[in-house]
Amino acid sequence: MFGRLSWSAIPFDQPIIMGTCATVGAGLLGIFALVTVKGWWPYLWREWITSVDHKRIGVMYMILGLVMLVRGFSDAIMMRAQQALAAGHAQGYLPPEHYDQIFSAHGTIMIFFVAMPFVVGLMNFAVPLQLGVRDVAFPRLNSVSFWITAAGVLLVNLSLFVGEFARTGWLAYPPLSELAYSPGVGVDYYLWSLQLSGIGTLLSGINLTTTILKLRAPGMGYKRMPVFCWTALASNLLIVASFPVLTATFAMLLLDRYCGFHVFTNELGGNPMMYINLIWIWGHPEVYILAIPGFGVFSEVVATFSGKPLFGYRSMVLATMAICVLSFFVWLHHFFTMGAGANVNAFFGIATMLIAIPTGVKVFNWLFTLYGGRVRYTVPIYWTIGFMVTFVIGGMTGVLQAIPPADFVLHNSLFLVAHFHNVVIGAVVFGVMAGMTYWFPKAFGFTLNERLGKAVFWCWFIGFYLAFMPLYALGLMGATRRMQHYPNTHWQPLMLVALAGAVVILLGITLTVVQIAVSIRQRHANRDCTGDPWNARTLEWSIPSPPPAWNFAQLPHVKSTDAFWRMKEEGSVGRTLPSSFEDLHVPRNTPVGFFLAFFAVILGFALIWRIYWLAGVGLVGALAVALIEFWKTDLEIRVPAQQIGSFEHAHAPPFLRAPSGDLETVDEIADDRDRVQAASGGRS
Amino acid sequence: MSAAEQALTGVSDIPLALRGPAPVRVVAGFGFWLFLLSDIIIFATLFATYAVLSGATADGPSGVELFDKRHVFLETLCLLASSVTCGFGLLASYRADARATYFWMAMTFLLGLCFLRMEGTEFASMVAAGAGPSHSAFLSAFFTLVGTHGLHVSVGLIWLVIMLLQLATLGFRPLIARRFFCFALFWHALDIVWIGVFTIVYLGAK
Repeated sequence: MFGRLSWSAIPFDQPIIMGTCATVGAGLLGIFALVTVKGWWPYLWREWITSVDHKRIGVMYMILGLVMLVRGFSDAIMMRAQQALAAGHAQGYLPPEHYDQIFSAHGTIMIFFVAMPFVVGLMNFAVPLQLGVRDVAFPRLNSVSFWITAAGVLLVNLSLFVGEFARTGWLAYPPLSELAYSPGVGVDYYLWSLQLSGIGTLLSGINLTTTILKLRAPGMGYKRMPVFCWTALASNLLIVASFPVLTATFAMLLLDRYCGFHVFTNELGGNPMMYINLIWIWGHPEVYILAIPGFGVFSEVVATFSGKPLFGYRSMVLATMAICVLSFFVWLHHFFTMGAGANVNAFFGIATMLIAIPTGVKVFNWLFTLYGGRVRYTVPIYWTIGFMVTFVIGGMTGVLQAIPPADFVLHNSLFLVAHFHNVVIGAVVFGVMAGMTYWFPKAFGFTLNERLGKAVFWCWFIGFYLAFMPLYALGLMGATRRMQHYPNTHWQPLMLVALAGAVVILLGITLTVVQIAVSIRQRHANRDCTGDPWNARTLEWSIPSPPPAWNFAQLPHVKSTDAFWRMKEEGSVGRTLPSSFEDLHVPRNTPVGFFLAFFAVILGFALIWRIYWLAGVGLVGALAVALIEFWKTDLEIRVPAQQIGSFEHAHAPPFLRAPSGDLETVDEIADDRDRVQAASGGRS
Repeated sequence: MSAAEQALTGVSDIPLALRGPAPVRVVAGFGFWLFLLSDIIIFATLFATYAVLSGATADGPSGVELFDKRHVFLETLCLLASSVTCGFGLLASYRADARATYFWMAMTFLLGLCFLRMEGTEFASMVAAGAGPSHSAFLSAFFTLVGTHGLHVSVGLIWLVIMLLQLATLGFRPLIARRFFCFALFWHALDIVWIGVFTIVYLGAK
């Protein structure tokens, strides 16, 4: 009746897990109680859960990423604490079977459920605004993508309390991940939660690629697209081309585990190395899926806060697309030790080193943009400069490992762990933090607190170096990754330094939450009434903050790159508001994504525990939800011209309203603008 | 030339990339093309796995001992013919000719069903002969690749039934026309994949 599920699946004897369980449960109950008491459910349902607005969906992705960052970081600090303790005869506080789940969960969560939601969230929010259009190509599908990703998140978190998680590392290599060696439900949790979130990501990739290639404001040719849109295009093309490989590979591992197939087993001709090749054919492009949009954020930030157009726009675009293509020719460098032979290893080693060329082009472009600019040292520019320093170091250790003989020494050592955290934290975390600070006022209408933002930066920056530089040294001393315990007590001092670094990063994450809370309290002082708090260059800053559901009352006509800057230079920022507006159609909200995700969770949970009747319920439920949606024909709401007109007049920037507006209000707004610019380090 | 005419003929002085957002029909079709590309990459992964594992028979039967090429040829003819009828059905839907659309799409459904039925017979006879998917890596890869194609055809048949019900209840309208167009793309893509399966798996059996 209940498959493999029984009361013994809940680890009552594990105080750490039950403590977490109680805390999270109490927290969730508290939030639910608060929302119920305040009567916020209808608002949440109407404005967020069923929303198909790309801006709202982008914000929800960011919240999802932040919540999961806390989860993934808890795993990280537990690992650092364990390794700081478990030297020599000491065994630390985590038994091996628990430690193995923690490092597997840490990698899985940080890549799939932190970095991906962050990056997809930023692209969802900013790309349509930068392109000067009203939404993504398929708004309903966008909501479905988000909720399916959220379903994967829910499943991966359930594994903490019901059953177990994989002990196989974040990519679940066979034969260890086969049924014979991992008979529990851990690998099944891993596979089904990632299959769900992978579908969400693929649909989102199709959606954004179509948006960028088919929906741009009139006049916005490819050579006039903001660089962030170019990087989003590269990233989403990679999603469309690589995520199906992940889906197919996981599907074959599932067939091995559920139906007794022998694709990747040790027996009857199965080939585990085939899995490892396929997973990295997805995995290496995945690294660029995460990093390239970060490069886009830095390009926008560096141009805006230097008050100059980006240096070398064309070379930046070419470098982005070169990385996009090259990323498919390097997967084998993750396992030079497979024994493919000198020629194959040399090919992949050289291809890997080639990627350093376009990446170097980018770094020089950013430097030359800063050079001679009037740089305003705001929080986003802190992250950008911190990124350049950090990423160059990480990139160099990468090129070092691209030399196959060197890799034979460093393979699976802590040197490797230090390297990939060096690039992923440098490019993705710093990029997301820069992007979040940069676009926050556009999303919410007020800027984030600068002082706390800088404190967060310094915590991450110093914490990162403290935590990972020791790991480079330890790796060279011979420490391997995924050690629950090590006999050599000489490693312990460096492990303690690494723990200290993790604690500093923890302070940074805590300060991020404080920063958001403080900024919400100070929102009236930091309000952005101009729509353009940074004196920026691209179209998202030409509309009010936060933008209305329709984004642009009239689609802008684009004449060059940095379209908004050009409008400001020409003094044509809607010098007068249009005398008349037209009716617009915005997509109607729908709960289809939420309900599909609901049944997807049931389906996934039932398959993990092999409760096949319940899986049937989940499948039929999802199909029914989809069928109901297929029969809807009234997919849009008309927004009357009058409503648009009154919104545009009320939210027009002060220099537009001055002739007819209330003078006192205009002064207030101008004061606000001064304050914002003073806070951001001076006037342009 | 009026703006409407320009939009229809695609002739305009302004380069395509500068004209602003594309019409819904174009956007929907393009998005579906991208989906099909991603689907074909799933098949590419399965083909690559099959190519690597096709010799790993673990002392069990190999492809050339198991496959009945005459049977597969007839199966192929069913699927190819269903693509032709699907094309006629799509043309009929362009003319908003409901009777012809129902007729050709019903033919498509029947031919697709014949294909699935023949594939089912083949699978069943292999399993009965002790050559099920858990017998060797070669057979695992074979059933994964060919079975995934069969699963796509099954999904296509369910989609087709839904489309005909939609046509019956909602009538011809742009939304339905777009969906028919996407269905036709999907069906033809499955044909292309099958040609790969027929060539590499069946004709290439060793």
